[in-house]
Amino acid sequence: MLKEFFNQETAPHATNVLVGKLGEVLVKAIGKPLDYAINWGRIWSLWPVHLETACCSVEFGAASSPRYDVERFGIIEAFGSLRQCDLIVVMGTITRKMAPRLRMVYDQMPDPKYVIAMGACAITGGLYFDSYNVLPGIDGVLPVDVYVPGCPPRPETLIQGCMLLQEKIKRMKGA
Amino acid sequence: MSSEYEKDGQPSKTADASPEDANSLSKDETKKFYEDKGIDFSPDSPIRPKPIPPFEKSISDKIASKFGSKVNIDYVRPSRIRISTKKEDILDVAFFIRDELGYDHAESVAGVDYPDSKEIEVVYHLGSYTDEKLVTQVLALATRVPREEIPNPGKDSTRMTSLREVFYSVEFHERECFEMFGVYFEGHPDNRRLLLPEDWADIPPFRKDFKIKGR
Amino acid sequence: MATQLPPGIQLEKVDDRIMTLNVGPQHPGSGHMRLIIKVDGDYIVSCDPDPGYVHRGEEKMAEYRNYIQNIPHLERPVIHDSCNILYPYCLAVEELLGIEVPERAKYIRVIASELNRCIYTLYWLAIYGIFLGHSTMFMWPAGDRELFIDLLEAMSGARVTHAYLVPGGVRNDLPANFEERCLRQVDYLEKRLKEYQSIFYKNPILISRTEGTGILSRTDAIRLGTTGSVLRASGVDYDIRKKEPYDVYENLDFETVVRKEGDSYARSYIPYLEMFESCRIIRDAIRKMPKSGSVRTKLKPNPKGGNDEVYKRVESGRGSLGYYIVSNNRPEPYRVKISVGSFRNLICMPYLLKGELLGNMPSVYWGLNYWPVEADR
Repeated sequence: MLKEFFNQETAPHATNVLVGKLGEVLVKAIGKPLDYAINWGRIWSLWPVHLETACCSVEFGAASSPRYDVERFGIIEAFGSLRQCDLIVVMGTITRKMAPRLRMVYDQMPDPKYVIAMGACAITGGLYFDSYNVLPGIDGVLPVDVYVPGCPPRPETLIQGCMLLQEKIKRMKGA
Repeated sequence: MSSEYEKDGQPSKTADASPEDANSLSKDETKKFYEDKGIDFSPDSPIRPKPIPPFEKSISDKIASKFGSKVNIDYVRPSRIRISTKKEDILDVAFFIRDELGYDHAESVAGVDYPDSKEIEVVYHLGSYTDEKLVTQVLALATRVPREEIPNPGKDSTRMTSLREVFYSVEFHERECFEMFGVYFEGHPDNRRLLLPEDWADIPPFRKDFKIKGR
Repeated sequence: MATQLPPGIQLEKVDDRIMTLNVGPQHPGSGHMRLIIKVDGDYIVSCDPDPGYVHRGEEKMAEYRNYIQNIPHLERPVIHDSCNILYPYCLAVEELLGIEVPERAKYIRVIASELNRCIYTLYWLAIYGIFLGHSTMFMWPAGDRELFIDLLEAMSGARVTHAYLVPGGVRNDLPANFEERCLRQVDYLEKRLKEYQSIFYKNPILISRTEGTGILSRTDAIRLGTTGSVLRASGVDYDIRKKEPYDVYENLDFETVVRKEGDSYARSYIPYLEMFESCRIIRDAIRKMPKSGSVRTKLKPNPKGGNDEVYKRVESGRGSLGYYIVSNNRPEPYRVKISVGSFRNLICMPYLLKGELLGNMPSVYWGLNYWPVEADR
């Protein structure tokens, strides 16, 4: 371990491992209060990935508009790199062509990450339950945290879904 | 129940006037059945206006006099003409339509599958931006290509000449038609897949023998 | 953590100078589609659009549903312009079934579709603004759009998926005090649109990014068969509402907006100017509309189309939108083909992006008024 730490090539990785180990020890030592602090930080800065998959993105856009203003709940408007994101809102239908890409996007996001399935199509296939090119829900692709029903869901429903997710994060283990 | 019809005009499953029940009655009985419920019982096929519009007639006459029996004038209606031709002649007819008649772009290329007669129909809807007289007109140019029971897109006899060198705008429409019906367009530079997933291995989905889930 | 690459994804370097870039489907500047762009330095050498990420097989599924069941289904490709995508369907089914539409319903349809055109254009403007890095231009239209959504919500009961136009007329009559309320909102929108002019269309940054980029000449616009604002930006005076008026458009007072430049700026300016014309149409239609009367011809249950075919088209927010319906004496259509403006304008994308700076890609792409969900159907 120590040898790796002084080796020029493996040093960054070893540092990460060391910091991670230290964090684990710290969490175990302090326990619950730290959980609360970490989760509190996560709740109020959820960064969604900018991935539109179908027509529900119209209502996602409306949710960021001045009338609904989802930002006041700590859901920041979807712009930026997916490497800094921790929330993926699946906006509607996932087709067979999109499914591998969706999984790729999800895999590239850093942990912890949360998934909201928005719209009937993302939950069960919705109106397109019998289409040849549509997945019957995204459960087979991603682990979903919150389902937001509607076709498309109203922005209020989406905001409620986000608040439910925040409740869920509050009760999660911090690290 | 009749109030429910008036509200959304859609046969609801619970209504006792469901179409299955209605079909089992004779025609007079059905008529009476609907009339009792206060529902309009108009004939199924509309009565079309008989007179043929003169301007559209003049266009179709030009095509007919040039090609004679090679083309078939299917109908002439206000602003809509439909002609059909054999797939060998379609290039000549298309050049004539573009150069002599003044149609300059394609609005859509639609395939229609007819498994009973073992044919796929390809319909080009052509329009004009430049000719002031033709702006309301849409000319449907149809042709039929043979259809095979077990399709092998690109390699079987389901093929026809591409109209891309006549109407450049058909490029993406023909690509769509190729993947959805398996009609190979000879002379099209780019017969690649467009909308379907890259790993699509089933038969072209818009053919009638491709059944969607649960149907 | 190497993920298995799905087929079709290209990440390789083609040669020393040319590099392949994937723009989309996860990209802040793309919609639900992918552009495979080859760049030499900062210049785009070639562009290959790869749509189909939202291909849901609408046309196939329409063959399994009857004419009434298809209504909510066929509006899904453009939910924020749902009245306009249902309009040609209603016209086509009316011709197939031989239904006459009451006069008042025709005016209500026009009002609904013009309101919806404004909603669509405002959303498009918001997206256009944010992708050019102009956050205010996202907030303003997205906020003003809600007022028009309220109007259509009062008419139809739904926020975006109205299913308000049905074969035979409209689903229900206008709510009480609608005219007054509508005129008030239209006045408000016109006032706001003038403010957009000063903040967005006279913004030197916008002008420098859009003026002179992606020039489409008149000849090419016709040859490529473009439609809608792309066509009118290249100097072709063609609007189906004027050229082939459907319903009551011939009685209404409005003008076609045409510009000659053919660049991105003109393409973004035309939908904006058309909103003024939409306001004019709405005012005129409210004035000329019969004040009472039936709004819907009742269809008999499960109507059957004859052994016939029909092609109907209207002018939507993205250009000409046509339905080709073949029927064969069945309650379900035999074949439905939707000819959409977005799909027709897709052909311009490789053409316009060639030789353009990579940084100008968003302005060209969104200037085409392209909505990927509609193009894929």
